Amino acid sequence: MLRIDCPWCGVRNEDEFSYGGDATVERPTDYASQDDWYHYVYTRQNPAGPHREYWHHVNGCRAWLVVERDTVTHEIFSTAPASPNLPDPDGRTR
Amino acid sequence: MGQQFRTSSSGQIDRGRILSFTFDGKPYQGYEGDTLASALLANGVRLVGRSFKYHRPRGIQTAGSEEPNAIVELRTGPRKEPNTRATTIELFDGLVANSQNRWPSLSFDIMSINNLFSPLLSAGFYYKTFMWPPSFWTNVYEHVIRRAAGLGKASTEPDPDFYEQCHEHCDVLVVGAGPAGLSAALAAARAEARVILVDEHPRLGGSLNDENYSINGKAGSEWVDEIHAQLEEMDNVRVFTRTTLFGYYDHNVVAAIEKVSDHMPVPHQGHPRQRMWTFYPGRVVIATGATERPLVFGNNDMPGVMLASAARAYVNRYGVKPGRRAVIATNNNDAYRTAIDLHHAGINITAVVDSRIQPDAALVEELESLSIRLLTGSTVGSAEGHQQVSYVQIVTTQGDTLDPERIDCDLVACSGGWNPNVHLHSQSGAKPVYDDSILSFVPGKSRQSEVSVGAANGSFSLQDCLAQGVSAGTQAARQTGFKSRKMAVARADNEGDYAIEALWISPTPYNKNYKQFVDQQNDVKASDVVLASQEGFDSVELLKRYTTQGMATDQGKTSNVNALALLACQRGEPLPEVGITTFRPPYVPVAMGVFAGHTVGYDFMPVRRTAIHDWNTKQGAVFIEAGLWLRARYYPQQPGDTMNDCYIRETEATRNNVAIVDVTSLGKIDIQGPDAAEFLNRLYINNWLKLPVGKVRYGAMLREDGMVFDDGTTSRLEENHFFMTTTTANAASVLAHMEQYHQIEWPELDVVFCSVTEQWTGIAVAGPNSRKLLEQVIDIDISNEAFPFMSVGECMMNNIPARLFRISFSGELAYEINVPADYGEQAWLELLEADEELEVSVYGTEALGTMRIEKGHVAGSELDGRTTAQDLGLEGMANRAKHFIGKHNSERPLLVGEGRLQVVGLKSLEPERNLRIGAHLVDPSVKLETVSQSQGHVTATTYSPQLGCGIALGLLRDGASRHGEQIEAVFPLDDETLKVEVCHPVFIDPEGELVRA
Ligand SMILES: [Zn+2]
Repeated sequence: MLRIDCPWCGVRNEDEFSYGGDATVERPTDYASQDDWYHYVYTRQNPAGPHREYWHHVNGCRAWLVVERDTVTHEIFSTAPASPNLPDPDGRTR
Repeated sequence: MGQQFRTSSSGQIDRGRILSFTFDGKPYQGYEGDTLASALLANGVRLVGRSFKYHRPRGIQTAGSEEPNAIVELRTGPRKEPNTRATTIELFDGLVANSQNRWPSLSFDIMSINNLFSPLLSAGFYYKTFMWPPSFWTNVYEHVIRRAAGLGKASTEPDPDFYEQCHEHCDVLVVGAGPAGLSAALAAARAEARVILVDEHPRLGGSLNDENYSINGKAGSEWVDEIHAQLEEMDNVRVFTRTTLFGYYDHNVVAAIEKVSDHMPVPHQGHPRQRMWTFYPGRVVIATGATERPLVFGNNDMPGVMLASAARAYVNRYGVKPGRRAVIATNNNDAYRTAIDLHHAGINITAVVDSRIQPDAALVEELESLSIRLLTGSTVGSAEGHQQVSYVQIVTTQGDTLDPERIDCDLVACSGGWNPNVHLHSQSGAKPVYDDSILSFVPGKSRQSEVSVGAANGSFSLQDCLAQGVSAGTQAARQTGFKSRKMAVARADNEGDYAIEALWISPTPYNKNYKQFVDQQNDVKASDVVLASQEGFDSVELLKRYTTQGMATDQGKTSNVNALALLACQRGEPLPEVGITTFRPPYVPVAMGVFAGHTVGYDFMPVRRTAIHDWNTKQGAVFIEAGLWLRARYYPQQPGDTMNDCYIRETEATRNNVAIVDVTSLGKIDIQGPDAAEFLNRLYINNWLKLPVGKVRYGAMLREDGMVFDDGTTSRLEENHFFMTTTTANAASVLAHMEQYHQIEWPELDVVFCSVTEQWTGIAVAGPNSRKLLEQVIDIDISNEAFPFMSVGECMMNNIPARLFRISFSGELAYEINVPADYGEQAWLELLEADEELEVSVYGTEALGTMRIEKGHVAGSELDGRTTAQDLGLEGMANRAKHFIGKHNSERPLLVGEGRLQVVGLKSLEPERNLRIGAHLVDPSVKLETVSQSQGHVTATTYSPQLGCGIALGLLRDGASRHGEQIEAVFPLDDETLKVEVCHPVFIDPEGELVRA
């Protein structure tokens, strides 16, 4: 059971979240090539070790988070909001 | 009469409380404090089961949860539980147990003939013996093998008990309440950490209950009671007995099963049978002790052969003599205590047989003082007897097997050394390491916040257990943020050193072939390990799967290290080179019911009901599950009304007059903000920027791979305020999808949105008289000029605030009215009663589906995740001059070229015959034999009252250009073929005149 430290909700069980895929992949620009779009959807690295990935706190505050997780040990190094616009947990806007 | 194998005193049983039970129908008596195994032994019952493959007679090997042999069916009727270990079942009055895997009876088991055919059943027999012909596999081999090889049978009746799931947080979790665990728990608790202590037995103490130890000058059990009392007094400590920690998961989350009521005939009123605990500890102290391993000799599975420590436990804990004449066989010091304890209990020790040439001098002396015969450099070569041991043959470890000495006995207590219980440590992700001094594996480097102490750490001295416990408990408290206090370590009064020399397998008498079992539950012999290795299955993971060693319900607790050692001998390598298999949860078998917990039956899933639900129920509606929603499927009007009668009647009432349907379950999302239109523009393939206020648009959205994701209508209520509807099935995933893009990809868009599905009740009003009906209740002008097709407006419906949409799913003149959910039922009733002359009726999802097929609207069965907008005929809505999700990938050549499955209409050409969902669409000249000959499939079918024949929607290769073709719909499962005509998917009113009327 992963325990994910949501910046807003605190440490919560994995089953409150849904996995959202690789966070290192960048969505191509609207004018990128067909090939770029193909790779964006279909090709992924499969690293053994630290990896950045999206998790959606779907049964919680519904924030999308970027979680840095070791794919071998499951250790989580950091959890941050994916959106720059959400107010941060201390109530300041950034 | 009975219980003739009791000691005169001793034990933790209450001899004043007699309990009656039956085994295989025969009545027996035992005492409070007994297990089923100890009570059977007390009555001289030694044959308790038949083995898995060879149906060999089996007895009681152990005194704990590692038991491989004594597995029985417990209870009868709906509470019958197969494969329970007699050694862990607490005896209760009226207990009923039966042996399993035997026919017709335990002492005469016909299948024991398997024993003679054992060469056929050796390692990998599944793969070798039964290779051909293939048809024999399913028809013959599997049935015969399944019947012959097996375990108990589960009850087929519903479980009358319930199970609970609970969560608890703590700083320090101590697993196991033996000397090390108790010390650790007390030390951590004194430092004021929140402590949880779990132990699988009803009584704390662990091995202290089985042994004659004394601590601080007191009997071990007295010391246990003192510590227990101290722990109970502290409110920062929770003690769980009858609780087994069975899984160590990521992030230091562990799971345990508490057997709340298993020791009673039935649970107390309102109490669960079992409870599953998820613990969230800061640190885990593993004090799970060690498990003794058997010796591997001929017929070592015979009733009467037992672990040395188990024999000791039966005498010391249960006051039971497991035999009258015992041979003790060992390769280490520990079993000498069995000889001494059994001797003091009045059991005749005919010999101690030690494989070592020179055992510890003090032990030799002690046996001498008790006049117990000691044979060194020797071991048991075989056990002999009929269904139980009556004598053993002694061989020398130096290889002299031709002149074995015969020693009469009815009990062989053997010890092959001790294995620390590293299971939880291994489950936590760590790798146990080999320790040559104890010839076994000990915990390695920790991966999570856990530490093993005492015997689980390979420390078999009582003093070390006590000291390691205090130290680990103190440290665990400090590591979880508490100031530790110094605590004195209790003093162990009597113990010796542990020493062992390897003896992995005994020579056999006269070098004859004997069955020397390694894994007794799965009937894996030493020769199977040898064979597997010879055939190349010589890595630990392959060996396990080829021989099935360690794959039974006991997970090889007593057999794993012996198997690894034999493999190492075979490979000619040291044991650490061979390695160890990974231990996986659960540590003990766990009932499925406890994983389900309360989510069974009615509570299996939440049920979502609309505001119209009660009315629907009163009308006798038949419901259908749509996701979690219950929707009215059809409304029988009189007894004998079939579904067909109903949906045809409801469809006709709609098409000829006016009817209403509950569409609340559609997903609804309220979207607001200056960038709301731009946001929609990127989500949908259609254009949204120029949609006027007061207008509705039907839209489709794609996934990033170019496939259609969802469809629905979205309305512009105000300049910066939109209202989206989604399909019932995708309501949640569309919202998550929108949040993903808004938060991650387009944070610059100034837009907010949330689900309002529950806030609104949706009612569709359809049919040529729908306007006439609504004019009675709506306060705005809804004439065709003022409120044309695809209009939206706020209004009052009588006294209810409402939103009115002029949209149609049926193809008729139709509207959809949304009212706040609290007014849902009222609005529904007012619509039904608004115009007495009109005879407004209702329809369900079946009629809804019929009309959507007639109108050719695509829905979930066509939006199957593999279809593009072009395949579905929705490409005309796309604006490819702008950018939207999925645009680029939907333009990939293979998605826009020929050969795509495209949506078509299908008409049955045979009267009275309807199409079937899933039927293959096939060229009539082809007899369908392989799936590559299929040109598509039927996705949705109905009988069309309008057309008077069976119709369907389907996905057909290049279907859009094949209208008018006659093909076949083939349903191979039932060998059905139907002639059909391909047509345009819109069967009625293709110009859309009705909806615009
Ligand atoms: Zn959250």
